[in-house]
Formats: sequence, C-alpha cells, structure tokens
Amino acid sequence: MGRLTRLLAAMAIVVLGVTACGSSTTSSGQIGGTVHVLGTWSGAEKDSFDAVMKPFTDQTGVKISFEATRDLGPILQTKIAAGNPPDITAAPGIGTLIQLARAGKVVALDDKLDMSQLNANYGADWINLGKVDGKLVTLYAWAALKGLVWYDPKAFQAKGYQVPKTWDDLMALQTRIKSDGGKPWCVAMENQAASGWPGTDWVKEIVLSQSGPTVYDKWWQGKQKWTSSEIKQAWTTWGSILGPGDSNVYGGSQYMIATTFGDGGQGLFSSPPKCYMFNQGSFITSFFDGYTPKPVAGTDYAVFPLPDVNSSNAGAHVLAGDAFVMTKDTPQARAMLKYLATAQAQDIWVKRGGGKIAINKQVSLSDYPDPISKSLAQVVVDTKIGRYDAGDLMPSDMQSAYWSAALKFAQNQSQLDSILADLDKKQVTAYASP
Amino acid sequence: MSTPLTGLPTLQVDWQTLLTVNLPALMLVVIGVPLVLAAYIVGADILVRRLPKRSQVSVRPWVWVGPAIVIVGVILVYPMFGTIFRSLFDRHGSTFVGLGNFTRLLTDGGILIVLRNNLLWLLLYPGLVLIFGLLLAVLADRVPYEKPVKSLIFMPLAISFVAMAIIWQFMYYYRPPDVAQTGTLNAIVVNLFHGQPQTWVQDTRYNNFALIFIGVWGATGFAMVILSAALKGIPGELLEAARVDGANELTVFRRIILPLMMPTIVVVGTTMVIFALKAFDVVYVMTAGNYNTDILARRMYAELYSAGNNANASTLAVILLLAVVPVLIFNLRQFRAVESRR
Amino acid sequence: MSVVVTTPVPTPTTSAPARRPKVRTERLSARASNAGLQVAVIALTLAWTVPTLGLLINSFRSGGAFNTSGWWTALAPPFKFTLDSYRHVLGASDLAPSFFNSFMITIPATIIPTAIAAFAAYAFSWMKFWGRDWIFLALVGLLAVPLQLTFIPLLTLAVHFGLTSGNTLPLGLNAGFLAIWIAHTGYGLPFSIYLLANFFRVLPQDLFESAEIDGAGPVTVFFRLILPLSVPAIASLVIFQFLWVWNDLLVALIYIGGTPEVAPLTVTLTNLVGSLGQNIQYLTAAAFVSMIVPLIVFFALQRYFVRGILAGSVKG
Repeated sequence: MGRLTRLLAAMAIVVLGVTACGSSTTSSGQIGGTVHVLGTWSGAEKDSFDAVMKPFTDQTGVKISFEATRDLGPILQTKIAAGNPPDITAAPGIGTLIQLARAGKVVALDDKLDMSQLNANYGADWINLGKVDGKLVTLYAWAALKGLVWYDPKAFQAKGYQVPKTWDDLMALQTRIKSDGGKPWCVAMENQAASGWPGTDWVKEIVLSQSGPTVYDKWWQGKQKWTSSEIKQAWTTWGSILGPGDSNVYGGSQYMIATTFGDGGQGLFSSPPKCYMFNQGSFITSFFDGYTPKPVAGTDYAVFPLPDVNSSNAGAHVLAGDAFVMTKDTPQARAMLKYLATAQAQDIWVKRGGGKIAINKQVSLSDYPDPISKSLAQVVVDTKIGRYDAGDLMPSDMQSAYWSAALKFAQNQSQLDSILADLDKKQVTAYASP
Repeated sequence: MSTPLTGLPTLQVDWQTLLTVNLPALMLVVIGVPLVLAAYIVGADILVRRLPKRSQVSVRPWVWVGPAIVIVGVILVYPMFGTIFRSLFDRHGSTFVGLGNFTRLLTDGGILIVLRNNLLWLLLYPGLVLIFGLLLAVLADRVPYEKPVKSLIFMPLAISFVAMAIIWQFMYYYRPPDVAQTGTLNAIVVNLFHGQPQTWVQDTRYNNFALIFIGVWGATGFAMVILSAALKGIPGELLEAARVDGANELTVFRRIILPLMMPTIVVVGTTMVIFALKAFDVVYVMTAGNYNTDILARRMYAELYSAGNNANASTLAVILLLAVVPVLIFNLRQFRAVESRR
Repeated sequence: MSVVVTTPVPTPTTSAPARRPKVRTERLSARASNAGLQVAVIALTLAWTVPTLGLLINSFRSGGAFNTSGWWTALAPPFKFTLDSYRHVLGASDLAPSFFNSFMITIPATIIPTAIAAFAAYAFSWMKFWGRDWIFLALVGLLAVPLQLTFIPLLTLAVHFGLTSGNTLPLGLNAGFLAIWIAHTGYGLPFSIYLLANFFRVLPQDLFESAEIDGAGPVTVFFRLILPLSVPAIASLVIFQFLWVWNDLLVALIYIGGTPEVAPLTVTLTNLVGSLGQNIQYLTAAAFVSMIVPLIVFFALQRYFVRGILAGSVKG
C-alpha cells in the first residue's frame, strides 16, 4: 500500500469523524476495505448489529466481515496468541481483556478516538470503565440494566399487592405472598456451561446496594475477601430472599438449578401464578417473546428495580453492556469504533428493542420503542451509583467459581462458610498475574 | 402457535455464484486431490524402482508411511513436545519446576473427584459402547431389516454436537411435579411409574451415569459400524460349516465369531478407552463440571482458557498421555500375537 | 464389487453358500431364540431412536409449545405442526454458501487422511522396517493428544506460512481451506491408520505371496488387492472421517474462521440461535438440515457393508 493511499485513508477518517458526530453526511467519507469483527451475536442480535452497521457501510464503503462464536474467549486468545487477531472484538469477559491489555495485545484508544466528543457524549463512568491502567482500551456501545424485578401487574392487582419501594416493603411483600399461599419468587439458574450466573446477579446487586461501591470495587478487584462480613452478609441477604430451605422460591432448589434461566419467567404468567416476582436483566424480554401465549409488555408484565438494601447507597444499579476492543489498528477499525460511539448508531440499537439502552447521552428517551424500555432507560439516567457487572470484571476462572458457588448455595444454604472459604482460595490463584 | 402448513420453506440460493465459482472449485478439488495423492504413490514407487534392489527394500516402506509421519509430526507431535516442555515450568513459563506441577495438581483436593469421574467414564463408556455395539452388529446381522436398524442406531453420529445437547436437554429436562413434564425421561417416571420428577443432570447420585449414557448413545453406532465391517469379513462358509456340524448359535459366536473379531474389538475398545479419557463435550455443555461431574479434559480446557494457566493445562494433558501407556502395551502384545499367527 | 484377481482361492472351498435363515428356522428352539432376538433388536433400536424422534417432532412445533408440553403430546390431536423453524433455517441467507463451504472443507479432509492412512497402514501391516511396531504404537498413542493444546502452535505456523482465510492460493483457492485440510488430516490420521492396519493385517498371507510370484509390485498389490478386499473397513472410515469433519465446529472456527465466505454449515446454523440461547427452536430444524448430507453418505456407503466381499472377490 502506497503512502498516498494511506494518507487518503487518514484524511477520510478525519472527515468521517466529523460527519459521524452529527454534521451533515458527505460522500467524501469513503474509506473502503473491510473490518474483521469477532463477536458473540447471532440471530436477532446479529440482525440488529447488521442494521446498526448498514449506514456506516453506506457512508464509508467499509464492509463488515462478522465472525460469530459463543466460545469467544478461547477463540480470541488462540487467534491473538497465533498472531492472527481480528480487527475489532466484542468483549464479553472484561477480566480476560484486562490480561490482554496488560500483555499489550489490545490497542489503546486514547489517540484513536475523538476524546473530546466522547467525553461530551458519554458519562465519565462509562469511559473510566473502559480504562485499564489509565489507558482507554474498551469502548462501550450500549448498556443493559440488571437487578430488575419482573411481575404481572394483573396478578398484583388481583391480590392487592403494591410495588415495593423499600427493601422492607419487599420483605413484607414476601411474607404476605407466602401467607396467601403463594410463592414470592421464581429463580432459574441453568445456562449450560455458564450455569449459576443468574444467582450471582442477586449477590452482586445486593453487595452494591448494601455495602456500597467501595466494597464492590475492592471485591471484584480481588482485594476484598469473600469471607469478609460484607460479602457474607450479601449472601445471607440473598438467603433471606430464597427463604429457609428455599421456601420462598417456586419449585425449591431443584427448580432453581435445573431450569433454563430464559424459562424462569413462565411461572409469572400461569394461572394461578406459580410465583409473583422474577429478577432478571433487561434482555429477558427477548425470552418472554418466545413464551406461549406471548405476554404483552405493560399488560402482562411490568418491572421495578430491586429496592435499595441500604438507603445510604440509594440509586445504586448494576449495569452490563457490550464493549468493543481494537485488536488490530486499521483505519477501518478506527472508523468503526468512532461510528459505534455516535448517537446515530446507538439510536438504531435501542429502536430495535431487545432491552438495549444507549450510552450516548444524545439518544433521546423518546426513541425507545415501548414504555418498559423507556422506563428502564430512565432508571439508567437516574442511576447515582452505577457499577458494571462484578462477575464480568473478575478473572474468568474466579467468575466460573462464583457461578458454581451460587449453584451450591441454592442447593444448601447452610454450607455458606465452606463455599466462601473455597472462593477465597480461588481468589488467591485467580488474581495472580498470568 | 398454530401456523398452518402453508408456504413451503425455500432455500435462498445465489445460482450464479454457485454455478460459476463454487461448483468449478469443488470439482477441481474432488478430482485434483485424489489425483495428487495417486500421483504421489505411483511416482514415488517408480523412483524407488530405479534404486538398487537392496536399498529398494529399505527405502520403500518410508515412501508409504512418510506422508503420514510428516503430517502427524507437524500436527500432533510438535505441539505435544511443547506441551510436555511447558508442564515442567511454572505458569509464567520462566521457572523450571520439574515435576512440581504434577505433585501440586495431584495433591489438590479437587482433583480427586475429577479422577474418580474419569475412572467412571473409563469403566462404563468403553464397556457399554462395546457391549451395545457388538450386540447390535451381531443381532442386526440376523434380522431381515438390518439396514433400517443400523441406520437408526447410526443416526446419533450424524447429529452435530450442538444439536445433541438440545436432544438430551429434551430427554433430561426437569419440571416441578405440579406442571406437565416436558422431559421424556421424567414424563416416563411421573406418568408411567407415578414417581417424582428427577433432576437427572444435577443430582449427584446419578448425574455421572446420565452424562456417560449420552456419550454411549452417541458412540454405539460408531462401534457397531466397525464391528459389523469385521463381522462381514468372516467368510460365511466358516459359519455355515459350524452350523452344519450342529453347533448352536451361542457356540458359533463364542468359538468362531468372537475370536475372529477380537483384533477389531481391541481396536474399538482402545479407541473408546482413549475417547473416555479425552471425554469433554458432554460434560462441558451439560454441566460445565458442576455437581461433581468434572473430568480431566474439561478441567484442562478451563485451565487453558479461563484460568490462562498453561502449565496446569499442559500438566493435565501429560497425565492424559501417560494414562494411555498401559493401553498401548496391551495393544503391542495383541499386535505381536496376530503377527505370530500368520 | 467385481474384482478380478488371478490368484488361487485361499479360503476353505465349500460349495456356494446356502441361505442361512432357512437352515435356522427349521429348528424349533432356534425359532424361539429368533423371536427373542427380534425383540432385543427392536427394543434397542427404539431406545436409540426416541431421543432423535423427540427432536424431530419438536422441530415441527413452535418454540413456545415445546417449552410447555412434551414432544409426544404433539402426536395426539389437535395436530399443531408448523414449518416455521424450517422456513427460518432455510431462509437464512448464508445457508447455501455454507453448504458449499462444508463440502469444500469436508471432501478433501476425508479423502486426504483416508488415502495417506491407507498408504501407511499397508506399510505397517505388510512391510518390515526399522522401528515399525514402535512408530505404530506412538501413532495410536497420539489419539490421546487433546486437540485444544495444538491450536495455538499450529495456528501460529499457519499464520507464518500465510495459510489463513484472508489469503488466496493459486487457482483461487482460499488458503484457509488448505490449513483446515491439513489440520483435519493430522487429527484424523492416528485413528485412520490404526483402524485400517487392523483390517489389512488379517488379510490372508498367501494372497500376497502368490501376487508377488506373479510379479506384482507393491503399488499393484495395494490397488488391486488391499483396497478391494478392505472395502467395508475403508467405507466405514470414510463415513467417520466425513462425519467428524462435517460436524466439527471448533477446529473450523480456529483455522478458517466464521466469516460467511468460508464458514461451514455448523457455524452458520449455530448462529441462528441468540447468544444467550434465545430461539433455540431453530436449532431443532437446523439439526435435521445438517444431518441430510451425513445420512446420504451413510446410505450411499452402506451397500458396501456386505458379507463375503473377501470370498466373493477372490472367486471373481
């Protein structure tokens, strides 16, 4: 490739950087070429990704060559180790990425993106989240909200139940549902090789809301022992949700560990309801859509955020999302990352539903397709203490041990001390540098 | 739910690319690859014939085994030596620890359950595959509907692993007693035997057997096809002669069929033993090693990719390789026995 | 198979084989055992078929239906079958190219290891050379090498030699295909050699001696004697190698990648399901779509699994 072509390409990026950030689209943004992207999306999510990328390809002429795999970690590690990385990688396990960043296998983005634009459009938390050792390596493209309690408003109305505003309300509601002969909760944790994660969601949501962001950060960074009183308290608080011998949960421990998480909401919609509440992230609506008969958002299901456990941490929410890293520095890859950060791109994501919430502040609340997704976006806007999913931030073998621990705890809550002691042992090896 | 059966599924095909680009490429490969291979062996033999008679005998075997040794050397032996090398160093690959990885791994409490499970796989998986495979090969040979039977038993092999996981999810799925069972096995337990639904994959009393059976179901067709090929190789006249002499079927099987098939049974058995040691997919997909079902190969995978611990992964792989040695010694003796008989 | 072999008959010379079942059914006890045998065969076959049958029936039901009721309930009225899953799978735009890619990967990755294994197995069973038994055993032992450990070193080699799917070789061949053929050949060889050597070894020795007396060289013996006499073994090997490669997902993702221009069927079909497992019903239909080719291969080769190829061919 000649020097001239490279110069032209660089100029094109400058032009694109301007056009993508809101000014009128010009046809001089042509770069051409291809970006090789490695990601996990398939099915409807892949269709959404294609829809998001279409204007980019139209504007720049850059084709997207997308490779999907559900074994992203192994495939990415192998490709990087062998010197054959993709250009852009969608990063599910940040723990792995921290290791890759320290090994210099991902490209620092500080001088590749337009940082002033990014600072203007992104909350500082979302930018800091993408930093490893002070360098920006990860760009978040959209968020998903965790710690949401789904319920059937008709069922609540029939029994005269109110949406709980405080943790005490929630505890009182649990007791009342039980005394009415119902089961407060459905919990489903089966997800093949990743089984257990829905249980760990409970614990991390409680840690953040109960003990605050400082403990939460120390915890995922491996500086807070699992046996410490704060973390142990979070587990016992989850135990008070599950009830003694899992008596608050429909089907008990057998149901919890053997039911696919996506099926877990079915109990809400049977009549009479098998359970009244179901805690799951915003993406669960894509599973609700597959139920028979298909429940209608707003009519058959509604949602409230899990109440604050400790009022001094009011407005704390666990967030997740999809992030991108640049594993090979090409003009096309830079252009693509810049595009993904724009309101134009994120607007397409949220309009297509699937529980995705834009991070770019320029995306208007009125763009969300239904009242539920709009209210979730509002929760994200109102979030005072936002923290990323702790499990995803841990090294991946710490994360899998955490998943397994949730399964063990659900089966026998009295084993908590030995479960936490095992996690402490794992913490020592998992955080040792690779 | 009740979409009528109107509008048949149609396949989207770009005929132009298919006919002008893809098909010619495929034809080239289908014709070219065998041509290259045949040209190699014929050409090499012509070259060997030009050598003096003496060296022909010593050179010729290497012409025949050469390609295999070169490819296996690159694809398997070269990475294997790297693995053995790494198993003797710490996880950073910088400090030599000798057998330190081995002693540390084998004294770790968690490994005991892994070894126990691998032992279970080692005993049950090859055993059941051989028994069912042999039974089906021999029995199907005597019924008029041999082909459909063999096709149905073979079917699981044609199913990709992703689909296999779904199949067994349908088989083992658990639903609470107060709703209709959707899992086949629990439906039988509940509706036919009026029992309680079981969590087949999670209950530590029998989940290992449930997982091993998935493996057996998948591999029996494999054993059956190979054993059947061996069975068909036994001259019919031999069996006929014995039957005419008044031997009953059991005697024919024990005295003629079984001894003649023994070398093939050893081949299938050896392969299954090694597959049992390497068993990975079923456990990885169904439980990820939870509920006391972890096995060596899955543990190795986790060490390699999720813990990023090359040393531990390599050490487990070396343990796997060493475990095969007794099987190889058994094979060597079998090999020599056949040799001496001819 | 009509193979002309100009050698004396080595097997016991009895008269042409009589039809066995006739002899057997003449005996009463044999008839009873025959009934028992039939029951056993049918019971085993049923047990082996039920799991696949469940999948087949569910592939004609809607995703919501098989989450709430078992597949067997669909066998009673009202029959609510739908072709939705098949329509979705066959409508996927990448399906036809990935069918082609699967053939492009699988056919050479079956032919190459089978041929190379046959060459080697011939040498291992009928030639004498230094270290023969030990090399053979080492090959069998290599069956135990976990494939995952070979990925990084081998992909590094492939990248070094430019054998990645981004490059194009002469004749317009995608270099990634060559990489995956070689990889699958290496992974398949230990078992292939082991299986074929076992079958070659038990062929009657006098056959070879007489061929040598006739002045046939090893190439002639290989193509005229060994291959025709081992048809059932080779047919089964071809089937297995074909299946392994056809159904492989991981090796394909590592060496050739999952981009549409090179992705095989397994990659494309897996991608029909959401990353969290949404719409799993599409996989039920996808399973049967991807089964078609392996089953055709099996049925096509099944006719070679017939008794007495050895005796029959020798009689010519």
